Amino acid sequence: MPDSLLTNTSYLSAAQNSELPSTALHYLDTALSYIQKIPGSSIVIRYIKTSHQNDPVRTVIELFLFIFAVRYLLAPTYSTKKTKNVSLSEEEIEELVEDWTPEPLVSDVTEFERVENERRPVIVGPAGPKVKLLNGRTVTNLASYNHYNFANNPDLTQKAVNTVRTYGVGPCSPPGFYGTQDVHMKSEADIASHVGLPAAIIYAQSFSTISSVIPAFMKRGDIIVADKAVNYPIRKGLQISRSQVRWYEHNDMDDLERVLQRLVKEGQGKQLTRRFIVTEGLFECVGDMVDLPRIVELKMKYKFRILLDETWSYGVLGRSGRGVTEHQNVDPTNVDMIIGGLAGALASGGGFCASTEEIVEHQRLSAASYTFSAALPAFLATTASETVSMLQEQPNIIQSLRENIKTMWTMLDPRSDWVRCTSSQDNPVMLLVLKDQHVEERALSTADQDSLLQDCVDEALANGVLITRLKGMPSPLGVAPRDLQKEWQPRPALKVCVTNALSRKETERAGTVIRHAITTVMRGKKWQRQS
Amino acid sequence: MPLRTLNPFISSSPSSTTTTTEVLSEKEPIRIESREVRERNRAKFRPRFSIPFSGSPKTPTRPSSEPTGRLEPPSQPPTSFRPPSPQIPTLSLPTINLTTATGEKSKMEEMSKPLTLFAPPSPAEVKRTAKAHAAFGPLGSKQHLYSSRFVGTEFPEPIADEPPYFYLITTYISYLILIIFGHVRDFFGKRFKQESYKYLQERDGYAPLNSDFDNFYIRRLQLRINDCFRRPVTGVPGRFITLLDRESDDFNLSFKLKGTTTETLNMSSYNYLGFAQSEGECADDAEKSIKKYGISFCSPRGDIGTSDLHTAVEQQVAEFVGKEAATIHSMGFVTNATTFTALVGKGCLMISDQLNHSSIRFGARLSGAVIDMFKHNDMADLERLLRERISQGQPRTHRPWRKILVAVEGLYSMEGTMVNLPGLVALKKKYQFALYVDEAHSIGALGPRGRGVCDYFGIPTSEIDILMGTFTKSFGANGGYVAGPRAFIDKIRVTNAGTIFGETPTPAVLTQIQTSLKIINGEICNGQGEERLQRLAFNSRYLRLGLKRLGFIVYGHDDSPIIPLLLYHPAKIPAFSHEMLKRKIAVVVVGYPATPLISSRARFCVSAAHTKDDLDRMLAACDQAGDILQLKFSSGIAGGQEPVHDGLTNEGVNEMRSCLEAGGEPAVDPPRWKLEDVLKRGVQDVKKPLC
Repeated sequence: MPDSLLTNTSYLSAAQNSELPSTALHYLDTALSYIQKIPGSSIVIRYIKTSHQNDPVRTVIELFLFIFAVRYLLAPTYSTKKTKNVSLSEEEIEELVEDWTPEPLVSDVTEFERVENERRPVIVGPAGPKVKLLNGRTVTNLASYNHYNFANNPDLTQKAVNTVRTYGVGPCSPPGFYGTQDVHMKSEADIASHVGLPAAIIYAQSFSTISSVIPAFMKRGDIIVADKAVNYPIRKGLQISRSQVRWYEHNDMDDLERVLQRLVKEGQGKQLTRRFIVTEGLFECVGDMVDLPRIVELKMKYKFRILLDETWSYGVLGRSGRGVTEHQNVDPTNVDMIIGGLAGALASGGGFCASTEEIVEHQRLSAASYTFSAALPAFLATTASETVSMLQEQPNIIQSLRENIKTMWTMLDPRSDWVRCTSSQDNPVMLLVLKDQHVEERALSTADQDSLLQDCVDEALANGVLITRLKGMPSPLGVAPRDLQKEWQPRPALKVCVTNALSRKETERAGTVIRHAITTVMRGKKWQRQS
Repeated sequence: MPLRTLNPFISSSPSSTTTTTEVLSEKEPIRIESREVRERNRAKFRPRFSIPFSGSPKTPTRPSSEPTGRLEPPSQPPTSFRPPSPQIPTLSLPTINLTTATGEKSKMEEMSKPLTLFAPPSPAEVKRTAKAHAAFGPLGSKQHLYSSRFVGTEFPEPIADEPPYFYLITTYISYLILIIFGHVRDFFGKRFKQESYKYLQERDGYAPLNSDFDNFYIRRLQLRINDCFRRPVTGVPGRFITLLDRESDDFNLSFKLKGTTTETLNMSSYNYLGFAQSEGECADDAEKSIKKYGISFCSPRGDIGTSDLHTAVEQQVAEFVGKEAATIHSMGFVTNATTFTALVGKGCLMISDQLNHSSIRFGARLSGAVIDMFKHNDMADLERLLRERISQGQPRTHRPWRKILVAVEGLYSMEGTMVNLPGLVALKKKYQFALYVDEAHSIGALGPRGRGVCDYFGIPTSEIDILMGTFTKSFGANGGYVAGPRAFIDKIRVTNAGTIFGETPTPAVLTQIQTSLKIINGEICNGQGEERLQRLAFNSRYLRLGLKRLGFIVYGHDDSPIIPLLLYHPAKIPAFSHEMLKRKIAVVVVGYPATPLISSRARFCVSAAHTKDDLDRMLAACDQAGDILQLKFSSGIAGGQEPVHDGLTNEGVNEMRSCLEAGGEPAVDPPRWKLEDVLKRGVQDVKKPLC
């Protein structure tokens, strides 16, 4: 095309000036007649004639534009991304590749970690109130969340066996692809009606539930206000969500209000984004309870949604184990999402999120650990249904646990000179931290406190009571120690899990053993030092 | 002899001599006949359709002990398509007693008393066997076994076939129409039915939970076909799966259960080795385990959630995958989501396959490492990336990377492709990266001993740093493992959040893993494990070959038990699912966003629990559905041609490959076999290189 165009225009100008020799004219003439044979060529010629209008400058501009368009279309594609790569020759790359030596994939185990691996108790047989350890000793178990000893309840085990005999063990499918069994639907309905919300969704693991729920709703640009002491899975959920996270001091409602006020002020005039308050019912890392009525009040005032993690309070608090909402007389519909665990006190497995139909259905499509993971084994779903109804029908189960908590509490907190309990008085998981004065006196670092408490655990175990320690949150790899310091870490603590399977006497005895174990370690030579 | 089967899909009327042509030409879905059924008060559904595949075998002992192989050599075309299966004795048969001692060997010897040659099974036993066979079908013939393993040096990419342009263009047009309709409905809906759009708008000072734009696809496209997803089921997800029938009177917004059930052939569960059973050794042991250990340990591994069962399973898993040590989690997703944080972090590079599972992405994002992706299974692209990244170092600072971790999957669940492990290992030697292989789908399902991709390729597991896998699929349990050198695992135990805080696997799940592993290894139930592995290998190849020959486009490698069948058009997604459901087959259909926009597909997961009859039924159903929905559009380059003389098959493929690589278009006829021929030649051809 460009050629013919060129010929055409030059012909036209040449013909008008009549300066060309006749042979050239003849050639052009024949060329033109050939061109005219091409269908549609008359339109092109007409266009050229009109655009020329006896003005060669116009033709030149047209021609220039045409050439530019052709060049642009034929130009190789290039990336608009700016690459900051250093340009290197093949040999240099080869050399760099040969030079590069990676660090070992996993660093060596530290002494403390080695001890932890070695001393981790291995139990033989069921995890009941008395457990047999691998070394043959039978000890009192105050370390598992088996608060009601549902795990070994003969009725429940028989029902679990029946379920295995009908459904097999695993569902072999994610819930979206033929993995939703009728038992899951029943458990979801049972839990929803227990919590007092319209719908619920069951996840296959309690630990990972909230890490998936958070990013299902909170995206980049959203605002999350979270308690400083929230547990590890919540932190990971917040990280995945990429939302803007603001922290408030642990359980400090005035600070929360300040943060909310500031956020509302900042958000004025901007587009409204989703805003959430994320907190726990009973805090996994501290043990104390949230002030839910106050939070609901603030939520209403500042128009935030509440996401409440009841993993440690569901099945434990309230007259029938409904959690914080029942304990503090808050209408559950005021809380937008309640996340709970079934793997602890309920002796089943998995977690749930209870909320409105709309929010639950949204999770079925967009919560990663629901959509991309196999469903909960059927026998765990039926166990959850059963334990939920047991809690509702037999409130004395929870009552007897409360009494044991009270007994254990009196054995430890007021009587011990060395530790105090940070847990709420209704929390069956009692977290015992060293009193500040001793920590200061002896200048105990966090690592020191961890090993001191590990000694207490060992000492208690030697006297026949199995307890554990609160584990710190694993720190991300490759982060400078300076940045790690800024991260909130729970205070090292002993963890005593009370169970109603032990009598009052047994609980008292175990409490005394723990108290004495702490005293022995604190008075022992190893930790006697002055700051 | 009147037949009486235990398979609810199989008709057993004396008229089972119906000519096959009539049956196979039947375009309409299965008709339900109940003439004789009620009289006998037996199976509810007797589809005529499956008559040729009737005769569910039942043997009192292990099916493999049955000398059935000689019943009908599969190379000879059988007159009807009756598979070589042993017959089932019926209830109406009398007991045969011998008053004199006999030395004659009888099939039923083990069951009968010394003087009874044959006794009909009691009704309770028949019921029990029927239940067992619904979860795990008995082996029809020893011919139906195969052991697959990769031989050679270079692992070829499967040839991806493409449909004619007509189908691609109409697919785009379909989406366009759907999107335009969606916007029109939105436009009017938001004006005239504000109530139903309230959740997308600001309410009372709260921002909407769903963004209007993100929700469009779900609201306008997915909702239309929502009845194909999340179908509720009950019972064992074994060979058959029982669906709870449901209906919707508000266009799939909500569903009501009708109270009836449909038993369907299960082509959807990841039950590769058929361990989803409520009978048999695994279930027996799980029951014992619950009685002994209780339901749960109620504690994370970090506290006191470690029992002798856990250490035993970890040891067993480590030995099975060929690593020093292993650690287990109660959920496969979390295994990936938390392990990466314990391996890589700031200053590290993680290179992940483009099609890696969501859990790997989740874990990678949590780890804080720089994440890069390479084209699915493309070793050249990976090498390019490695060279660039190693030579450039970390972004901005240009410091050398601390670690580079390449994460791949053994078997990709949406593509059916296997990782190019030989290629990766060669690259690893040169570039010294750490290799993480997620064997979620491949463990148990691949390799002559079921030990995953390493076993399949014959590559020592020491070449791979971390092997991860799940127990959900092949083992019929739940949870996942990470296996590696002891020092790695010891460290991961104390630094991995999933181990520290995540709940520990429950006793029944652990025992299920333990027993199924023992069976695979042949430690108990001699021969059963091997049979399961070989049946899976046979079934995978058989169904894939059959589908290719019928003219469907399927993706993936020949030995993979995951077979995606390409549908392309969005409207064909629900249509195919419904057609298969009409024929009482449960299949998974997936579309965007799980797949690229145009390549919507149906995914079949083959299991060792399937019998050849089941697969024949599946092929026949696909054949009919393929005709109705115009799904047979393969060009033939990916295989399924007319059989050439034995021995030449390989050359034909090689020629075509070289032609394709040179950029040419090989002259092949599109394969459109008749169903009869597919079934006739299937068993013998499946053991040769598939073409």
